[in-house]
Amino acid sequence: MNVWKEHGLTEEEYTQIKALMQREPNYLELSLFGVMWSEHCSYKNSKAQLRKFPVTGPQVVQGPGENAGVVRLDGKLCAAFKMESHNHPSAIEPYQGAATGVGGIIRDIFAMGARPVASLDSLRFGSLDDARTKGLFRGVVAGVGGYGNCIGIPTVGGETFFHPSYHGNPLVNALCVGLVEEDKIFKGQATGVGNIVMLVGARTGRDGIKGASFASEELSDSDPDKRPNVQVGDPFMEKLLLEASLEVLEAGLVVGLQDLGAAGLTSSGSEMAGRAGSGLYIDLEKVPLREKNMEPWEIMLSESQERMLMIVEPSKVEAIEKVFDKWDLIASAVGEVTGDGHFTVRRGGEVLASVPAEFLTDKAPVNLRPAAEPEYFRALKKADCSQLRDWKNWTDLLKKLLASPNIASKRWVYEQYDSTIGTNTVVRPGSDAAVLRLSGSSGSPGSVKGMALAVDCNSRYTYLDPWRGGAIAVAEAARNVAVSGARPLAITNCLNFGNPEKPEIYWQFVQATDGMAAACSALSTPVTGGNVSFYNEYDGRAIYPTPTIGMIGVLENVEDRVTSDFKAEGDWVVLLGETLEELGASEAHFLLTGRDEGEVPFLDFEKEKKLHAFLVEAARNRFLASAHDCSDGGLAVALAECAIANAMPSPFKGTSLKGTLGVTLDWRGSVSPAAALFGESQSRAVISVSPGKWEAAKALLKKHNLPATLLGKTGGDAFSLRYNGALLVDCPLSHLARLWNDAIPEIME
Amino acid sequence: MNMNINMKMKAAVVVFPDSNGDRDAKRAIETLGIPVRFVWHKESSIEDFDLIVLPGGFTFGDYLRTGAIARYSPVMEEVVRQAKRGAKVLGICNGFQILTEAGLLPGVLLRNRGLLFLGRDVWLRVENNATPFTSAYAQHQVIRLPIAHGDGNYYIDDEGYKRLEGEGRIVFRYCLPNGVAPNGVAPNGVAPNGVAPNGIAPNGAKGDVAGIVNEEGNVLGLMPHPERLVEPILGGQDGRGVFESLLNAVCGRVN
Repeated sequence: MNVWKEHGLTEEEYTQIKALMQREPNYLELSLFGVMWSEHCSYKNSKAQLRKFPVTGPQVVQGPGENAGVVRLDGKLCAAFKMESHNHPSAIEPYQGAATGVGGIIRDIFAMGARPVASLDSLRFGSLDDARTKGLFRGVVAGVGGYGNCIGIPTVGGETFFHPSYHGNPLVNALCVGLVEEDKIFKGQATGVGNIVMLVGARTGRDGIKGASFASEELSDSDPDKRPNVQVGDPFMEKLLLEASLEVLEAGLVVGLQDLGAAGLTSSGSEMAGRAGSGLYIDLEKVPLREKNMEPWEIMLSESQERMLMIVEPSKVEAIEKVFDKWDLIASAVGEVTGDGHFTVRRGGEVLASVPAEFLTDKAPVNLRPAAEPEYFRALKKADCSQLRDWKNWTDLLKKLLASPNIASKRWVYEQYDSTIGTNTVVRPGSDAAVLRLSGSSGSPGSVKGMALAVDCNSRYTYLDPWRGGAIAVAEAARNVAVSGARPLAITNCLNFGNPEKPEIYWQFVQATDGMAAACSALSTPVTGGNVSFYNEYDGRAIYPTPTIGMIGVLENVEDRVTSDFKAEGDWVVLLGETLEELGASEAHFLLTGRDEGEVPFLDFEKEKKLHAFLVEAARNRFLASAHDCSDGGLAVALAECAIANAMPSPFKGTSLKGTLGVTLDWRGSVSPAAALFGESQSRAVISVSPGKWEAAKALLKKHNLPATLLGKTGGDAFSLRYNGALLVDCPLSHLARLWNDAIPEIME
Repeated sequence: MNMNINMKMKAAVVVFPDSNGDRDAKRAIETLGIPVRFVWHKESSIEDFDLIVLPGGFTFGDYLRTGAIARYSPVMEEVVRQAKRGAKVLGICNGFQILTEAGLLPGVLLRNRGLLFLGRDVWLRVENNATPFTSAYAQHQVIRLPIAHGDGNYYIDDEGYKRLEGEGRIVFRYCLPNGVAPNGVAPNGVAPNGVAPNGIAPNGAKGDVAGIVNEEGNVLGLMPHPERLVEPILGGQDGRGVFESLLNAVCGRVN
């Protein structure tokens, strides 16, 4: 085997390394290049494209490039937030893969000096009728919960989507958000020659070696052999690490801080030196090990979890050790900031490797991959939607949709998460966005503001039309935040795609990110960071392109928050936005035909912005009893969700306890019944308004020049929809609630 | 509310490694104007407190058995001493588990029936309001509180269960929103036999037991989280009664 291949490098890259070094690199040095130049660490295949994202705005305190992005919420109070993928590990070992994904993103947040206050997850699996998929689903959800619940950070929201394209390659994207005052933000920089490099937290073992390279390959059936590449999580250790780290930061004992994630000591050390333009050495004799006889390259590439690297002034080392000792943790001085620009690995006095840090971090190749429009793109635009258009029994179709895993209640998932710990969660999972109060949170005892968070991506759209799908992912995430009453501020993302070396995949990537960039610019929600996950393929078949968006928004007053459930009998139910004759790419069409095809719904940024502006102002004026995004499954599904959102499953099988509120609606429109009920036209929302506030709400609609359709009123126990004079849907609400609530538990039991 | 009187009450929240409900408990108690001191688990000598809270969490990761290691923390000898002295001890969730491990409360908390972690709201019926933890509630009042645990399946042998029941030491019982508790006697005196033969506790707890007190009545352990619902903004304040009751018990009725 060629020496470069063993390290996951190409021959060209090897030649390039030799030219940079002006010599033959040794084995250890080549190991460092191997992981640092992997796609996972270097973004070599995505960097050029990511530069197109808008990354600035008055709300942005820290853009891409640090451990996490930071936005301003209230005066000095900021949110640090970031999302990351842990797809490949979760495909091999779902519990630990998901758990360590959560653990990793939490470390990124407290590495910024922020106290983590909430997590969200975005999960995608193959079809749930497959036994292996069920096992992955069960394991991933347990892993997300296992880590978050134990460390005590609430998992407040997320999304779960099932589609055959994720068979064998599930997506596990975890978002974490923390709060920090602007002048207390820490950076991952190794500054100050002579400062001490300290490794704190867990000991270093052989787990997760070359995980970064593993993440940069396709998956296949032989992958159970790769279990040693998957790390093992210890949330107890991380909780101690979190508390000890925040304690030493608060005491002003630390200069720079970075978590050890992919590529372990190699990436954290070289990145800290690279960002500061300094240099540092690490002495392997000082690294506390879990196992004997570890090779230098194993120590440098280990991805053992729950470790952080700290840069500390020599006079403060003792104080740091004291705090970590209180928490029964190890803090070891393992090296020093040098100022020679080199990332050096030593064993005692012996230099084992020495590479200019920037060679590892900045000189990785930037690949402009060839992109080619895939054949399916044009072919699938033409779709025969007659089956949906000519459907006869609309009630039956609605029931089928509510019982399909993608639409059905995700209670089975989020009830395995602790969503209320921290006593800041004021809108819990199940609504469009999670809302947290800021009052009493670290640094801001008196803030009246709130923070809204949502994750979103419709990958059927991004497959059929990557550009528009990418734009819709941003728009819908923003809409989820806006229906909650919050002004969308900024995004983080996880860009999950197949193998970028295939021109069709790279085309999807370019198109989708271009669409995202356009939407982020139009909606003034810049990108503050994120993560790219390529090579999501199973047996040579790529996943649907999935650029998951994590959106953060702010409520001027947290008491203005709005949830999706209908509140009171006799409230007006109103559809905001316009409904077009759009049946393609819909959940209903897929349900009936098993085919993903057709034109993705049209998106007009100006209409979207108008909708958000109205929603935020209406919430501020407390006009809205409820508001819900109208998306997957169309208006009929959105209305049903508003009506049954609070339907608690009873301990007695087959009954719902309470919490439903019916509607009797009767409206007219120009589109077909199929499009009216199940079309997925964008920039729409369903609101309910108490009669006393309807006149004022109407005036506000007029002010924003927002089209709206009065559908009818809430009340009773029926779900009755009459359109253009014909009764299309009529069903007792309890039936719908039962189907919606029980679908996933019944599959998983 | 009279802040001066409340200031007289001395409350502690014990912090074990991976207590994670410690800050929530402190915040909840402070909403009543009661000052709280965090006590580190390695403290082996602490001043006398009126109330000591063992908060929720996953002490020591709960990798062995829930609460099994925490009960050996130095502070626990102090907790036992102060409990014997008559201080009120409140164990919430993991705190309840620690109290059973420490022998301050009988029974054990097993893995949930169904083996899944459960994070949701439940309804509870106050089965005994003549305790220092429940006097602010009406007898048989139905309250709603969140649970968040993987090991809340209370178990005790039949003899022990009968004793708890007979001595009025089952303080909270899982029930339906309408107050029907199939394992207890309904408010109208009718036990709806056969409705739920296996009980309705989502975790499978014997007799739908959610919280119990010791013989002296000054140590309460419960799985649900009263500290998480003490303000309307959090979706309710049904948990507030526990802390109001404690304040009344320590300082006399203040409002």
